[in-house]
Parts: sequence; C-alpha cells; structure tokens
Amino acid sequence: MTQALDVRDVHASRGPHQVLRGVTIDVAPGEICALMGTSGAGKTTMLRAIAALGPFDSGSIVVDGFALTPGHVPPESKLRVLRRSVGMVFQQHSLFEHLSVIENVTLALVHALGWTRERAETEASALLTTLGVAHRAAAFPRQLSGGEAPRVTIARALAPDPTLLLLDEPTSALDPARRTSLGEVLRALAAEGHALLISTHDVDFAEAFADRVAVLAKGVVVEEGSPRDILSDSTHADVRALLRSPSAEPPE
Amino acid sequence: MIGHDLHRDAVFVQVAWSSIEASVERGDFSIGMSGVEDRPELRARHAVSIPYFEFREVLAVRFADSARYRTLADLSGKRVATLGGTGAYQTLLDLQPHAGPIPISYDDDVHPYSDLVSGRVDAVLLDNIIADRSLRRSGGFYIQPVPVATGHYVAVLAAADTALRDSVNVILRAHMRDGSLEKTFRAWKVWDTTQVQYFARALTDSAGPHAVGAAASVRSVRSYLPALLRAALITLLLSCLAMMLAVAVGIAVAAGRVYGSPLVRAPLAVYVEIIRGTPVLLQLFVLYYGLSGFIRLPAFVAAVLGLGLNYAAYESEIYRAALQAIPRSQLEAGRTLGLSEAQILRLVRGPQALRLALAPMTNDFVALLKDSSLVSVITVVELTKQTAIYATNVGSWVVPGLLCSVIYLALSLPLSRLARRLERKWSSI
Repeated sequence: MTQALDVRDVHASRGPHQVLRGVTIDVAPGEICALMGTSGAGKTTMLRAIAALGPFDSGSIVVDGFALTPGHVPPESKLRVLRRSVGMVFQQHSLFEHLSVIENVTLALVHALGWTRERAETEASALLTTLGVAHRAAAFPRQLSGGEAPRVTIARALAPDPTLLLLDEPTSALDPARRTSLGEVLRALAAEGHALLISTHDVDFAEAFADRVAVLAKGVVVEEGSPRDILSDSTHADVRALLRSPSAEPPE
Repeated sequence: MIGHDLHRDAVFVQVAWSSIEASVERGDFSIGMSGVEDRPELRARHAVSIPYFEFREVLAVRFADSARYRTLADLSGKRVATLGGTGAYQTLLDLQPHAGPIPISYDDDVHPYSDLVSGRVDAVLLDNIIADRSLRRSGGFYIQPVPVATGHYVAVLAAADTALRDSVNVILRAHMRDGSLEKTFRAWKVWDTTQVQYFARALTDSAGPHAVGAAASVRSVRSYLPALLRAALITLLLSCLAMMLAVAVGIAVAAGRVYGSPLVRAPLAVYVEIIRGTPVLLQLFVLYYGLSGFIRLPAFVAAVLGLGLNYAAYESEIYRAALQAIPRSQLEAGRTLGLSEAQILRLVRGPQALRLALAPMTNDFVALLKDSSLVSVITVVELTKQTAIYATNVGSWVVPGLLCSVIYLALSLPLSRLARRLERKWSSI
C-alpha cells in the first residue's frame, strides 16, 4: 500500500545548527503517528519541511506521490499538488483574525479550489458540525474558547480534503477533558482514511490515541513502535525524560 | 525722502505684500508703502496718506490676441491672471458672476506674465507699472493702451497714527510742489502725463478721498461667505482626490518594497526618501512651473498630483510597516491552504494591515486637508487663499479667520469620528 507520507534520511540545518540528522518516518492512510521529543529535538522543523514551509538539506520527502526536493522551498506555483495533499494545524492556531469562523473554513475552498460560495459553505458547515463547533460559525477567532479554536483550525485545514494532516502540539493549551475530546475527533478522521502526523510531548495523549510513536532526539528517530512498547518499556534516556515530566515541557 | 523730512532714519522692514496692512497695524513698522492701493476698506481700517501716484490697471495679452481681446468684455469665460488681493482682482471678481472672465490669482507679479506667454492664461490684468516692468524684463506680450481702471498708491499707517499720517501728507505735498517727487519718478522711469494731471489735482484739492464707515465689514461677511464655501468645496475635492491618489500609489509602493526584487525596491526607496526629504512647496513649484517646458499641467491637476504623490510617500511607509507587522504564521497558514502569494496579500495580509494602518491614515488625511492650503502658490484658490483675499480686502483677519477655522473643523472632525468608529468596530471582533 502507498504511504501517505514517506520521509527518508532527511537532514536539515538552521544556520550553523544541525537540527535533523537523518530522519526516516512514514505514515499510512488511516494511521495516527505521534512524533515525540523534547524541545529542540526537531519536531517542528520536521513538520515545516513536510509542509514545504522550511527547507531541508538532503534526503527525500514524498507526500501522496509528490516528491519535495532538498534545497530552497520552491515557489507556491510549483506546490499546487502538495498543497492539496497536506493540511497543517499550527500550534498557535493562526486563524485569520479578520474573518469569521465559517469564512476561515471556506477561504481555501472558494479562492484556491474555485468552488462557489454556496457549495463551500455547505461543506464548511458539515465540517464544523463534525468537529462540534457548528454553533460558532458566525464568531470571530478571538471570541473562541481554548477548546474551540483548535477544532476550527482543524476544520480549516481539512476543508480541501488533504490526504495528510500535520498537527503541531495540538493539545498544549487544553485541559484533560478537552484532550480526550480532541483525540476522539482525530481518531474519527483517521477512520475516514486521513493520515495524521502529530508532533507532541504529551505522553498520555499519544498513548491513548496514536497508532504508532516515533521518538525524536538530537535530530534522529531513536525509538519507533506501538505506544505501549515505547512509552512503558523503553530504556532510552530521552523517552524516560519525557515520561518523568510530561507537562513540565515548555511548548516548542 | 520722507524719513529725512521727519528727521528720522528710514529703516526698511520687508514683509509679504499682502501682509503690509496687517503688519503696520501690529506695529512691525510705522509706514507701509509699496503699491498699496487706495480703497474704501483701507481707509476704514487704517490711517492713509494722500495718494502719491496714480496708476492704471492695464490688460496684457499675447500678440496674436491683441485685436481679439481689447477689453475685459472680450474675455468673457477666459482665464485672466492677476495678483491676489489687488483692486484688479476685485474688479475681476465683481465681473465674474456677470459672464465676465475667470480670475486666476497669483502671489507674485512674475508668473502671471510667464503663464500668459506660455498659454496657461489668456490675459493679465495688473497695474501699468508692473506690466511695463515685465515687458522690459521678458517681453513676449502686448499691453492694451486703453486702461481698464485707474487707482492710487498710498502710504498706510496704523489707525491711531493720524498725527504721523498728517506729517507724511505735508511732506508728500511739499515734494509734489517742488518737483523732487517728479525727479524720483523720472529716475524710476514711471513718470508720465497721468502724474502731471494728478499732481495738479492733488495740490489744489486738500481733502483727498473720504473715509468710509465700518458698516462695510458687516456686509462683507454676507458677500464673502459664498466664496468661502465654494473655496471649502475646492479644498475638500482637492484633498479627497489627492488622498485617493496617495492611497493607491502608497499601496503600490509598499507592496513593491515588501515583495519586490532589489531592482524594484531601490528606486522606490529613493522616491520615498526624496519626497520626504524635500518641502512639498518645492515639489509643487517644480511640478507646476519647473515642468511647464515639457508638460503644461492645469493648476488643479498639478495640485492633486503634487499633494497626492507627496502623501503617497508617507502612506507607503505606513502600509509597509503595517504589512510587516502581520505575523509570519498568518501568511504560512494561507500558504498551507493553497492560496497564491497574491491571494494571501489580498485576502489575509492586506485586510489585516489595513486595520493597523487606519489610525495613522486618518491622521494623514486631516493633515492633508490643511496642507492643501499650500497649493495657493500655484494659483489654486482654496479655503485659506480665499480667506486671505477676504481678510486683505476687509483689512482684518478676525472674522475671516474665525469663519475659515470653523469650516476646516467642520471638514476634519466628522472624519476623525468616522475613523474612531471603525477602529472600535474592528477591535471588538
């Protein structure tokens, strides 16, 4: 079966600093993969390279059959296919402050895909209903609660129906009840066939909802396997560090 | 001559010609003399000497028009230049409602004639002294021999200075009588048969023209208010058009400086620095007079362009800062959604930047409204210029200044309120 995401031996640097030193990960359709690691382990750099927001130096990244090349990020005109395949949920949500919730979700449908406004609004309403925030359609981003904002951001990223959804620390601002509720939403998305790669340092969340865990330390994947194997049995120091103080971790 | 006979040393104090009367009343100097025209309003406000010279308002036209435009009646609907605040200007203003010529007022006596030669105006109505001097200096036009009107130059003194005025009158008469004033006028090449007749009359009639009552100033409000309101409309129209140009060019320059290659950014940065580093007055002169050899812009167009392009430099800096203040994550969110860079600018970055730019933009528009008074230097009669004409003619700034301030406030206050409302609305969501 073709992978939704296939990352092979990716190296990336920021200035003189070598952030990724040969990362290999894949995610299949319908699978949730948690990318774990301490701050500075390279989780966000990895996600940004996959979303073509940041460059990488060598290796290969293939998303739903579309191959990204090492070096500078190509211009947007050459990324049309990738943009349809990858959705990104930013850690700070980054909702468009001047647009209402429904306008945030329909923006890409109307302007990138050329849908009519009616069709886009029907689709957006359905998504907001699925995510449990349909009643907030007319609200503006700064009026949303901490639990609502990530759901709206997910709805916005899902609107163009991407194969792969990247989520950067989606639980960092949520209380335990909301984490569980968000996890259930993500499981439902995976059940529909989406591939999800989630950067997180939240051990409980990864254990409860991920199919697979990859632990990133000093720019390489040091452990990979089922959440139970990795998170309860590992002898690796970085994993133990994560287990000891999961919530003491500052956001990356 | 007068100083010597008063046993005082004459000290020259230079002021703008149109401010002579206001300055003499303030006490900046005691006696004002420089083509100050005798007229009823002047006598109502100040102490005025007997006239020392009789001048004629003459019509200057291009050679080709010398047969066509002989009198003001031939110039119906044509553009006739003169100095603002003169009797000639008043003559033109009085005629305008009766299908007369269109008066174009200048602040100096050189540009009316150069604009006549270059075709910007069809005739110049000014004192024969000024016309003759311009003809000697540059030439290129024809002075109609039949004068439109005659007038007198007088010395003007503060209203309280009647004793000094009487001394000046005695001295003037003495010099008319003994021929020394004639000698001076001959040396200046302004002596003519008109003066011979005038001197004879002045020496026999000791009373001189009579003073007029102060009722004139009350009537003046009613007669000048329509002109002030018309001028306010010019100010408003000029400011709106200039601001629209400034916003459009400002957005283009800001976008070029944020998104463009170094080859685009460098000339735009130079444009902004040159405009911000030089006075707008200079820019207006260059645009209107400096470029007249290549392109002859109508005054109003030059005013809109001058103010608009000047403010565009300031607007572009506001927009550039606002664009750069939008967080990178907002742009990246747009990119991951598959929007093109142009769509991100139009749908995400631009609208958010506009909210940040609103307050400084309003500020600039109010400033522009008032800076628009500068365009009077290129003959556009807007609110401040019209007020100055009004004040010169009634000899006081009190009522005209008050009316003018009220009109400016009436224009700018609603604008500030609108901006505040929009800001509140946007910050609440």
